[in-house]
Amino acid sequence: MPHVKSQSHHLMRSPVLAWVGIALIAVALIALPFALAQIGTAWVRIANLAILFALLALGLNIVVGFAGLLDLGYIAFFAVGAYCYALLASPHFGLHLPFWLILPIGALVACLFGVLLGAPTLKLRGDYLAIVTLGFGEIVRVFLNNLARPINITNGPQGISRIDPVSIGGIKFNTTGKVFDLAISGPMKYYYLLLIVLIIAIVINIRLQNSRIGRAWEAIREDEIAARAMGINTTQIKLLAFAMGASFGGIAGGIFAAIQQFISPESFVLVESIMVLSMVVLGGMGNIWGVVAGAVLLSFVPEILRYTVLPVQNALFGRAIVEPEVIRMLLFGLALVAVMLYRPAGLFPSAVRRRELAKADARLPA
Amino acid sequence: MTDRLLVCDGLAKRFGGVHALDGVSFAIERHAIYGLIGPNGAGKTTLFNLLTGIYTADAGRMQFAGGTIDGLSPDRVCERGIARTFQNIRLFANLSVLENVMIGRHVRTKAGVFGAVFRTRATQDEEARIERRAHELLDYVGLADRANDIARSLPYGEQRRLEIARALATEPHLLALDEPAAGMNSTEKAALGELIKRIRTDGVTVLLIEHDVKLVMGICEHILVLDYGKQIAEGVPEDVRRDRRVIEAYLGTVGDDSIKVAT
Amino acid sequence: METFLQQLFNGLTLGAVYAVVALGYTMVYGIIQLINFAHGEVVMIGAMVAFTIITLLANSGLPPVAIVLIGTSCAIPVCMIVGYALERIAYRPLRNAPRLAPLITAIGMSIVLQHVAMMVWSRNNLAFPQIIKTETYDIAGASVTNIQIVIVILCLVLMGGLLWLVHRTRLGISMRATAQNPRVAGLMGVNINREIAITFAIGAALGAVAGVMVGSYYGIAHYQMGALLGLKAFCAAVLGGIGNVPGAMVGGLLLGVIEALGAGYIGDLTDLCAVPWLFAGLAARCAAGEHISLFGSNYQDVFAFLVLIAVLVLRPSGLLGERVGDRA
Repeated sequence: MPHVKSQSHHLMRSPVLAWVGIALIAVALIALPFALAQIGTAWVRIANLAILFALLALGLNIVVGFAGLLDLGYIAFFAVGAYCYALLASPHFGLHLPFWLILPIGALVACLFGVLLGAPTLKLRGDYLAIVTLGFGEIVRVFLNNLARPINITNGPQGISRIDPVSIGGIKFNTTGKVFDLAISGPMKYYYLLLIVLIIAIVINIRLQNSRIGRAWEAIREDEIAARAMGINTTQIKLLAFAMGASFGGIAGGIFAAIQQFISPESFVLVESIMVLSMVVLGGMGNIWGVVAGAVLLSFVPEILRYTVLPVQNALFGRAIVEPEVIRMLLFGLALVAVMLYRPAGLFPSAVRRRELAKADARLPA
Repeated sequence: MTDRLLVCDGLAKRFGGVHALDGVSFAIERHAIYGLIGPNGAGKTTLFNLLTGIYTADAGRMQFAGGTIDGLSPDRVCERGIARTFQNIRLFANLSVLENVMIGRHVRTKAGVFGAVFRTRATQDEEARIERRAHELLDYVGLADRANDIARSLPYGEQRRLEIARALATEPHLLALDEPAAGMNSTEKAALGELIKRIRTDGVTVLLIEHDVKLVMGICEHILVLDYGKQIAEGVPEDVRRDRRVIEAYLGTVGDDSIKVAT
Repeated sequence: METFLQQLFNGLTLGAVYAVVALGYTMVYGIIQLINFAHGEVVMIGAMVAFTIITLLANSGLPPVAIVLIGTSCAIPVCMIVGYALERIAYRPLRNAPRLAPLITAIGMSIVLQHVAMMVWSRNNLAFPQIIKTETYDIAGASVTNIQIVIVILCLVLMGGLLWLVHRTRLGISMRATAQNPRVAGLMGVNINREIAITFAIGAALGAVAGVMVGSYYGIAHYQMGALLGLKAFCAAVLGGIGNVPGAMVGGLLLGVIEALGAGYIGDLTDLCAVPWLFAGLAARCAAGEHISLFGSNYQDVFAFLVLIAVLVLRPSGLLGERVGDRA
């Protein structure tokens, strides 16, 4: 019986119950878009965005949660993946490569950017690394905005439009199709595609966590000097975390470009990096299920706010005083503060992280 | 014919104007238990840090198992076969006892991202071997029933043993122990002495920093004494015990003809 | 040459602002080894408060200099309160927590401050009332305004005052003691919490002045102005050697000059027409007098980060600082 983390232990206790539970969840996840479509297709799109953010959060979780490196420019890798897709599958360059080919390319290029950023900076102490990654995110955005001259690569602030939608085996994902008289809309198809990618991502995350590499990440997060003394090449293993995280970002970016069919630098600002970070922190750094829950929660909250805050304000004051967007950001900010102060291991903490972040026994910084 | 595992020649390290180590030379024979003693601030831990690549020496050479280890990073030194423990225990405090030892296997195993993600046969076998070896080592140091406890929840003496198990997991030729008996009572110290002797019998050379002179005199074949970064004596325990400079260093003045007080 | 001088003057002005903001980072870092991520927002609040007061008094008939002084002296206490609140809420409870924790709360606080500011002052660019008449002087073909001169002089004065405070007063001694070793300082009767809170407050007061400087120089205030400014000032602090007061000054001025000269010359430096043998295909366009630059002045914001990465990789202690790159 190989060593497993406590979270899987719960499932192991009663295999039959576990399988029944998994089956129920599977049915619920398959049925979800139909239920959401009843309220409005917009909600299916929101669910898609939530899954996309969950993908991003899982990628960032490798960097922040597993390896303990704070990356504030994570959205840059998302941008790289998105632009890869946009450039290779749009009229901008007249290229129309297939989806399944571009996705790995995007992951690879994002991974390359991760290594490019990580190689010179990973020796830095945590807080410096955070600022440098933030700077990197900004640099990528400045380039996206300006690489329209002298040669038009990114089309500048106008962004790239008419990006090819996903098409696999003749199935076009942006149109409504029929399966046994059941109408499946474009967003619903994307939902299933994203769900599959998400499940793969979760499996990869779990397997990484319970591996030799995952243990090495835990070791450097716990005590870097001891980890080095135990023969772990910390620079290399951190770089690996960066590269893995970046690849996740690249893949999510590619799918994002295909779904939106339009991207511009506006989608890849610092606030987005912080939003993904909030999902990881709120969900519980290092806890895969917590991070997914955090992403879903934070993706739906703003939408719920949009549908509740405005009517409430209108009813109370006869007009909107505070925009939902502002309330959303205020909530994000306050949530980050409150979580770190009162529940530093997140809403759904991983056992190890809870022990690490417990204030009572925290070690003084070296 | 002697077989020398580690040869240090003229090691020096300065911090600002302070000579933490100044021209220290010694050699450790294979399968020895070699003691390193000296008053506080004598440079013992600095020597360990030079040896394990945490600091870089200002001067001097270190030959280990036939190759130089000068300027190697800590992880490379460990790969070459020197494992250490820390004076102020540095376990992965929030991980389980078993995981701590499993991490020690990192340097002798090789599964990468690909193996982890696809759970290849080779990776699964390796994982099983890692875990089996970790259990064996825990059994070896007497922590078999603690495998699933959290490292920081162990009592002090057991944490020291766990650190030794973790270091042994890296399959060292030389095990460097930095004050392993600190904070232990006399029963625990005796058991530790037995453990160290057993480790040596099983083929690992031991370098031991220790304040407890009795323990050092009892188990070491050779002892190096440092004071203010300088090497003041080297030899078998009986000679070191009678060395004037050693007695001065420990007691301040020459009074008795042997060390009685364990610091 | 004229471009050079002009960019140099502009760079020095900008650098003076960076320097004053950088002092805030460096002081806090010096005492508790934490990056006060929300410091940029404090500067923004300072600019906003000053904007409000100056706008209110613009037509009061008071002399313009007095109005600006009143605006500044209102901004300072507000910022000090904000700085103090930051310390109490985001940093003090986490002083012994892992490093990531206070950084994350600081990010949270900066989001909150930004959006509160947006609710109070709107999301638009606010035009700073230009009540002080701008005078332009000609120095060797480059023009310098009175505001630029005042900014640079003020920066030097603040810097000198801070040095005096840190090295010549009782308060400064306690602060330095706390920075050296909080535990021992505490045993020696230094009230560590008080010293740290005061450090935050002084840094915030400097931030307020910097906010007024930026507002008057660019004539604009905006709720997001603090983020980028703060980041660049942090880069400046690292360049000079974080934790080091004169270092913040040197780093700030240098970074300002690097940015200005970089923005001024990057177009020429990356002009493909300067290396015609490489790009023969462009010969015709170059011959027609066209300049085909790979990068233009719109890449200005990149310089600060490049400098930051370069410094951290090559000389993490900065120009004047001592070692910062701890192993753990």
